[in-house]
Amino acid sequence: MESNEEQEARRESSFQKRLKSAGSAMLVPVLAVLTAMLVGAVVILMAGGNPLYAYLGLFQGAFGSAKAWSETAVWATPYIFAGLAVALAFKGGLFNIGAEGQLALGAVVAAWIGYALPDMLEISLPAIIHLPLAIILGVLAGALWAAIPGALKAYTGGHEVINTIMMNYIALNMVSFLLNGPMKDKNPNNVIARTPEIAESARIPVIFEGFRIHWGFVLALIVAAIVWWLLWKTTLGFEIRTVGANPDAAKYAGINVKRTIILTMAMSGLLAGMAGAIEVSGLNYRHELGFSIGYGFDAIAIALLGKTHPLGVVLASILFAGMRNGGTRMQFLTQIPVDVISVIQALILLFVAADAIIRYIYRVRAREERLVLTRGWGG
Amino acid sequence: MDWRRFSVIALVIIILFSVVVLIGKTKDTPIVIITSLLATTIAVATPLTLGALSGIFCERSGVVNIGIEGMMLAAAFFGWLAAIYMNTIFKIAPLPSLIAGVVAAILTGGLFALLHAMLSITYKVDQIIGGTVINILAVGITGFMNRQLFFEKGSIFGGQVPHAPGVLPRIQIPFLADIPVMGRIFDQQPLTIAAILLVIVSHYVLFHTRWGLRTRAVGEHPRAADAVGINVIFMRYANVIIGGFLAGLGGAYFTLESVPSFEPLLTNGRGFIALAAMIFGNWSPFGAWAAALVFGASQAFQIKLQLFREVIPAQWAFLQNAYIVGLAPYILTMLILTGIIGKTTPPAADGVPYEK
Repeated sequence: MESNEEQEARRESSFQKRLKSAGSAMLVPVLAVLTAMLVGAVVILMAGGNPLYAYLGLFQGAFGSAKAWSETAVWATPYIFAGLAVALAFKGGLFNIGAEGQLALGAVVAAWIGYALPDMLEISLPAIIHLPLAIILGVLAGALWAAIPGALKAYTGGHEVINTIMMNYIALNMVSFLLNGPMKDKNPNNVIARTPEIAESARIPVIFEGFRIHWGFVLALIVAAIVWWLLWKTTLGFEIRTVGANPDAAKYAGINVKRTIILTMAMSGLLAGMAGAIEVSGLNYRHELGFSIGYGFDAIAIALLGKTHPLGVVLASILFAGMRNGGTRMQFLTQIPVDVISVIQALILLFVAADAIIRYIYRVRAREERLVLTRGWGG
Repeated sequence: MDWRRFSVIALVIIILFSVVVLIGKTKDTPIVIITSLLATTIAVATPLTLGALSGIFCERSGVVNIGIEGMMLAAAFFGWLAAIYMNTIFKIAPLPSLIAGVVAAILTGGLFALLHAMLSITYKVDQIIGGTVINILAVGITGFMNRQLFFEKGSIFGGQVPHAPGVLPRIQIPFLADIPVMGRIFDQQPLTIAAILLVIVSHYVLFHTRWGLRTRAVGEHPRAADAVGINVIFMRYANVIIGGFLAGLGGAYFTLESVPSFEPLLTNGRGFIALAAMIFGNWSPFGAWAAALVFGASQAFQIKLQLFREVIPAQWAFLQNAYIVGLAPYILTMLILTGIIGKTTPPAADGVPYEK
C-alpha cells in the first residue's frame, strides 16, 4: 500500500509531466508566432512604418481595454468553431478546406429561419424555440454540406481536398443567388446583397450591457470542451483518431471506416456551420454576402497553430482574433494597411507547418511524435 | 488516356455547345456560334492547361502541389505589377512592358515553387499542408501589396490604380486564320498559343527524353532511381520549379492576356480545377489538355449564354441566371473526381518525401 504522501507525490509528478509536455508542445507554435512577427516587422519597416509603434497599436487594440477584450472575443467566436471544425477533420485524417462554404450555408439557413419563420407561421415565436431552431437548422445545413464530400471520399475515393473546395464555390454561387434574389433585403434603401434582419426572438443576448460580446463566445468554449471529450473519452472519438492514424489498421480492428469518414466530415461541417449560425444570431443579425470569405483559410491556420488540439485551437483563435481586432488600431496609428495581418498570419502558418525551420533556428530538439495530417491522392 | 475518356470529353463538349446553338439560333448561324464557342473554349482553358502541366511536372517527380492556385494568383499580381511599373514609371512602350510582365510572372511562379520545394523536399512538411501555406501566403501578400501600392496615398502610384498597358495582342496563325468564319479559332493571344505548344513540348520531354525518364523514375520509385545514380532531390527540386514557371505563365494569363486589371482572389479556384484536369488526364499532358478543354467549354457555355440572355426560352429560364450556370465547372470537377469515368493512378511515390 502506498502512503497518502507517495500518492500525492506521484500525482504531483504526473501533473508536472503533463505541464511539461504541454509546455514543449507549445514551444514551437510560440516561437513560430514570434518569428513571424519579426519578419512582419521587416515588412512594416519596408512599407514605411515603425514596427514597434505598429505592434504597440496592435496590442492596445486587441487587449488594451475592456472594450478591446470584448471585441477580440467577438472575433474569436467564429474562429473557435471553424478552427475546431478543421482540427476535428484532421484528427480523422481528413483535410476540410470547405469550412468557408459550410459556414456560409449555416449562416444563410440561420438567417432565413431567423427572419422568415415568424412571417410564414404568422405568429411570433418565443425565443426559447426560435433561437435554438435557427441555430440547429443552420448547423445541420453545414453538416450536410460537408457530408457530401465525406461520402464521395468514402465511396468513390474522390479526394476531399478538391471536393471541399469545389463545394465552397458552389456554396458561394448559391448564396450569391439567394442573397441577390429570393432572400434579398427588400428595404428600399438597401443595395447590398444581404438578408433582412432576423427577429428579436432569434438573437443571442449579449453578456454585458454595452459590449458586443455575446453568449456565443461561452458556447464556443463549451463546444471546444465537448470536442475534446468526444475525441479522447468516447468510442467514436477513438474510432475517428484510429481511422485518421491508420485506416487499414482501423479496418482490421473492425471499425466501419466509410461510416467514420462520413461522420467525421459531417461533424466537422456541423462545427463550421455553427460558426456561421452563431455569427448571424449573435452579432450581425443577418447574413451578408462576402462575410464568409477568408474564414476557410483562417480556420486551417488556426487548427494547425493549435496543433489540432481543442485547447490549442481556442488559444490560437484568441491570438488571431486579437490580431484582426487590433489591426484597425494599428492602421489608425501607423497607416499600415490592416492586410499586413494576413501576411503575418500566413508566415505563422508557414513556420508552424515547417517546424523544422523553427527547430533549426532555435536549436530545439524534435519531439518523438509527428502529427500525421493528410495523405496524398491515393489515401 | 483511353478512348473512353476522350469520348466522354467530346460528348460533354457537344452537349454544352448544342444547348447554346439551340438557344442562339435565332441570333446567329450555328457555324458562327460554334466557331466563337471553340475560340473562347481554347482561350479560357489556357490557365487550366498551364496549371495542369505544372501539376504534372511536380507530381510526376513525386511532389503533390495544391499550391498552384496561390502560385497563379501571385504570378498574376506580380506580372501585372511589373508591366504597369515598366509602363508608367519607366515609360516603356506597352508591348515590351507586357513581355516584362510575363517574365516577372514566370519568375514569381518559380520563386513560390522554390518555397514549396524547400518545404516538401528538404523540410519534409506534409505536402498538402505546404501547398495550403503557399495559397494562404499568396492571398496575404497580394492583398497587402495591392492595398499598399494602389490605395495608400504615399505609395509610388499615388494611391490610385494606374492605367495598365493593355493586354497581349492577338497573333493570327498564317493561312489558318485566313479561313472564312472558322479562321477565328486560329486568331488567339500568345499565351494561349504558348500553352498548346507547351502541351506538346511537355509530352515530348516527359516521355521521349532522358530527363523525362528520370523524372518519372523519381516519382515512381525513388529508391531504385537513387540506386542507379539519379539525384532524387535535384530532380524533384528542378521539376517543382519547372512546374512553378508553368503556373506563373498560367497566372500571367489573368492579368496580361485576359483582362488588364487585378483584383484580390481573381484566380477563383482555377488552380484547383487545373488539378482535377491533371487527375482526369491521368497525369499526361494531352489528357490534361483535353480535360482542361471541357472546363473551358463549360466556361464558354456560361459566357455565351449571358450574351444570348434575352432569347432564352421561358421553360429554360434557369439558364438566364449567371449564378446557376456558373456552377457547371465546379459540379463537373466533382463528377470527374468520383471516378465514374474510370479510375486513374497517380505516380506511385506521389506525395511521399524521400528519405535516404
